[in-house]
Amino acid sequence: MARHLTRRTLLTSSALLAGGMLSGCGREFHKSETVRKILGSAENANFAVQRALGDRMQLAREYDEADISPDFQGNGTTNPATAEYDAMAANGFADWRLELTGLFTRPQAFSMAQLRAMPQRTQITRHDCVEGWSAIGKWTGVPLKLLLDKAGLEKSANYLVFHCADRLSGVRYYESIDLIDAYHPQTIMAHRLNDAEVPVKNGAPLRLRVERQLGYKHAKYVQQIEAVESLGNMYGGKGGYWEDVGNYAWYAGI
Amino acid sequence: MLGKMDSDMKQPHSRAEPKHRLMTRLWHWVNAAALIILFMSGLNIFNAHPRLYWGSYGSWGDPAWLQLSRFPGWATIPGYYSLADARMWHFFFAWVLALSLLVFMVVSLINRHFQRDVHITRNEWRWSTLRSDIAQHLRGNFTHGGGTYNVLQKITYAVVLFVALPLMIFTGLTMSPAMAANWPWLLDIFGGRQSARSIHFIVTWALFAFFVLHIALVLLSGPLRQVRDMITGGTREPEEHI
Repeated sequence: MARHLTRRTLLTSSALLAGGMLSGCGREFHKSETVRKILGSAENANFAVQRALGDRMQLAREYDEADISPDFQGNGTTNPATAEYDAMAANGFADWRLELTGLFTRPQAFSMAQLRAMPQRTQITRHDCVEGWSAIGKWTGVPLKLLLDKAGLEKSANYLVFHCADRLSGVRYYESIDLIDAYHPQTIMAHRLNDAEVPVKNGAPLRLRVERQLGYKHAKYVQQIEAVESLGNMYGGKGGYWEDVGNYAWYAGI
Repeated sequence: MLGKMDSDMKQPHSRAEPKHRLMTRLWHWVNAAALIILFMSGLNIFNAHPRLYWGSYGSWGDPAWLQLSRFPGWATIPGYYSLADARMWHFFFAWVLALSLLVFMVVSLINRHFQRDVHITRNEWRWSTLRSDIAQHLRGNFTHGGGTYNVLQKITYAVVLFVALPLMIFTGLTMSPAMAANWPWLLDIFGGRQSARSIHFIVTWALFAFFVLHIALVLLSGPLRQVRDMITGGTREPEEHI
């Protein structure tokens, strides 16, 4: 009987125990390099498989006007509220510049007026936050590809880093994408939301739309796009604010 | 069923077939661990936005059909709130769940576990069979299946295997913006991303209910033998243990 009890205790509860132990494990366990490496392999698999399962130019669903959310939620920074930003906002962002720097053959800057004068793309898409909520909005902006063509991306460039005007907990927000997403037709630098200027809470005057990834990749208040070979020596080295600070996945396709 | 067992036993030198085959046992425990981790890390993820909606969109400003407060730390993985860490656990074990289910399904078709043990015969669909099986369950007699699954068990396992678990996988994929772009039909069959998220949540609790019922019935029907058989395989002769 004792033998059976031991066996039962061991076996019936082994799975339950595993769950309970994981719940009880401290931060040190969850933050340990080994655990992260093992679990992180799934994120690499998501990246590889999700890219492999679709065409690289596969479009995210576009919706009708009737599907638009009544209120497009602002998340993260909802107002950069720096003196420079406030001054530019007061002036209708007439002085805002989008600089293309790094591995470009013709690095250059664009004013908002120049961006508005370029060919535009309008798309009604769903914004999926990593937290779980979704909002549908109508975005208008310049396809990123057109800007890259103007500035001439160098062959050694592998990533685009988006430097933003906002700071979270004192750290500048930034994000990065690879060239597959950079050249995707729905990847635009948006300056209009729902037929009006992008509101401050949603990233005025210019934000990235990268429709096949989660919301934190869609950098707001973008001031500079830097073409780089690797992400390792930018900021915290993981390719984005939340990636550095919160250990979120760089590839946010799921 | 009995006829097949008789013929099996008549074969000279052949060992009695186990009650649960190796693949079934392996999958059972891998799946149990994966489901528990997915459940608890899923509750942590839910805590990031504890509201549910129908349709394509839904956020703080939109009407929710369900709003809860956060699940407590003892029920979540990790035991503290961390959306990023919970997502790591969830997506790793989502692969474990999906791949082990796929392997289990293919092997169970080949070794005829599905056809032999889970397939519900026309005879069993009769109301009289169902009624007598329900009556037996209510009387606490769980050994009336002749060593095989009774019809209520078959229905339950079939629903879990072929409805609930695939629903979890596909509603999960629908929430991925990349997969929704790759396979737009996902959005259509579930009625939008937020509906998929709601279905994911509802089926989670249906699986939890199954889990509770499953443990309760194991406890009521000889837990020592049941657990031992799910590890060692046991034998198919039911009378031996009564």
